[in-house]
Amino acid sequence: MKALAGRYVDLAIWLGLATLPYWIGAAGGYTSLGTRVVVMALAATALNFLLGFTGVLSFGHAAYFGLGAYGAGMTIKYLVPSTGLGILVGVAAGTAAAAIVGALIARLRGVYFAMVTIAFGQVFYFIAFRWNAVTGGDDGLSGWRRLPIDLGFGSIDILGNDQAFYYLTLAGFAVAVAVMAALLRSPFGRSLLAIRENERRARFLGIPVEQHIWLSFVVSCFFVSLAGALYALLNNFADPHDLRWDQSGDFVIMAVLGGMRTFWGPLVGAAIFVVLQDYLSTLTDNWMSLIGVFFILVVMFFPRGVLGMLRRRKATS
Amino acid sequence: MSLLQVDNVSRQFGSLVAVQGVSMSVAAGELRAVIGPNGAGKTTLFNLISGFFPPTSGRMTFDGRDVTRLPPHRRVAIGIARTFQITEVFPDLTVAENLRIAVEAAAGYRLRPWLSQRAAREVRDRVDALLELGSLGAKADRPIAELPHGDQRATEIMMALALRPRLLLLDEPTAGMGDQETYDITRLVRRLHQDRELSIVLIEHDMRVIFHLADRILVLAEGKVLAEGTPAEIAADERVQAAYLGKAA
Repeated sequence: MKALAGRYVDLAIWLGLATLPYWIGAAGGYTSLGTRVVVMALAATALNFLLGFTGVLSFGHAAYFGLGAYGAGMTIKYLVPSTGLGILVGVAAGTAAAAIVGALIARLRGVYFAMVTIAFGQVFYFIAFRWNAVTGGDDGLSGWRRLPIDLGFGSIDILGNDQAFYYLTLAGFAVAVAVMAALLRSPFGRSLLAIRENERRARFLGIPVEQHIWLSFVVSCFFVSLAGALYALLNNFADPHDLRWDQSGDFVIMAVLGGMRTFWGPLVGAAIFVVLQDYLSTLTDNWMSLIGVFFILVVMFFPRGVLGMLRRRKATS
Repeated sequence: MSLLQVDNVSRQFGSLVAVQGVSMSVAAGELRAVIGPNGAGKTTLFNLISGFFPPTSGRMTFDGRDVTRLPPHRRVAIGIARTFQITEVFPDLTVAENLRIAVEAAAGYRLRPWLSQRAAREVRDRVDALLELGSLGAKADRPIAELPHGDQRATEIMMALALRPRLLLLDEPTAGMGDQETYDITRLVRRLHQDRELSIVLIEHDMRVIFHLADRILVLAEGKVLAEGTPAEIAADERVQAAYLGKAA
């Protein structure tokens, strides 16, 4: 019964996303706003692989998001004018950095882990911020743009056609989310749940906890880098702010807002966050304080997040 | 031949010597009880045997192999499993999910991103067998946090058994339980010992349970071995009566 309801939710979400360019205009939005929702949802879902399903809080995921963004932008600007290669390099850069940082911090727990992820994140931020000649420094990396994807028999114009780029992003999102969902239903995913639920018990079932936390961190950062690469392509621009600690905080807010114990929670959280941001920033420069108030209200009254609350209400009725 | 050999093991926390020069030999198939007043070092001894932390000095071998500094997950792999004084399970998951994680870990599937149909069926069968052994079948799909303490404890023991241990360490399995639950757990432990010839080391306060189950008893007091022997010998030992049984009575 519960599984069946879950199927309907999945179906509704995929239908909504697949048809988004056709209804978002009527709802007062525009296609590239939808693209931003999907990109941020990918980043928040990837963060939540670690936060919600391994029980480890990272406050430095923007570093890998930003590495994905700069990797893609710099590849296209300096090396090869290829969108596909840009994405690949961005993801590889973010994942490699995560593999090294993760190996250094997998022994830390709780607030110590979070603090050190911030510290490492800021290292990457300052490199992007200071290294003017290569990264564009404070001004960000501009002077490049996403290029049509050449399929051999024809090409997809993702630059002039917002809709085509939306569907490219959605395809990336769909594959990433399917892989993460499959991992979470596998023995590997259950070993991560075990660590979230009770690290001591997991260890004394023969699970080497540090190794699994490292793996979960790397998987999570792999998909966050993909989100970062797509984000840079969306904007034709990489911003040093993409790597900064407050961007990491935004990912955490999205996951918690939507419900970090649910798989789709981060998508819901990202949609609320991005749409609120888009709307509020036309009214006031202080849009973040309004999102902050909203976030506090949700955490106070619905500690399981928006989706967690909806699910609970259904379960009790 | 002894399965577990503990040689002159000590563990210090700052200036506190929790375990001091303890030696113990557990034979294959033996059920050994460890008793002693609160603070005698029983749980510390368990933590040393299971690898929770290493000893300050001394040596431990398991089946002839030096395990003194082996990390816990490696000890599990060679056959040492334990339960905890305060039940340690996965609270948000169901009984069956708790067992499934243990079964998959024991089968070496912990890194698998998918399972073949056959492997998945074997896991299911093994979970079902453990549910039956622990009399938990009717509660398989209930979140474990909702269940009474006795069922949680039985699940924890089944999780340890899922690891197919050769040595099972049970830290006060009947602590905080009513008479019926104590009886059920005692019967389960005896079955594991007699039917499966599993070696068991048991920390316990309930004297009925100990004298009912144990082959031999080790008495600790203030971190040291006070006495060791059969239940009859321990019951007759004056030092033990003074230090422990006297107090209990």
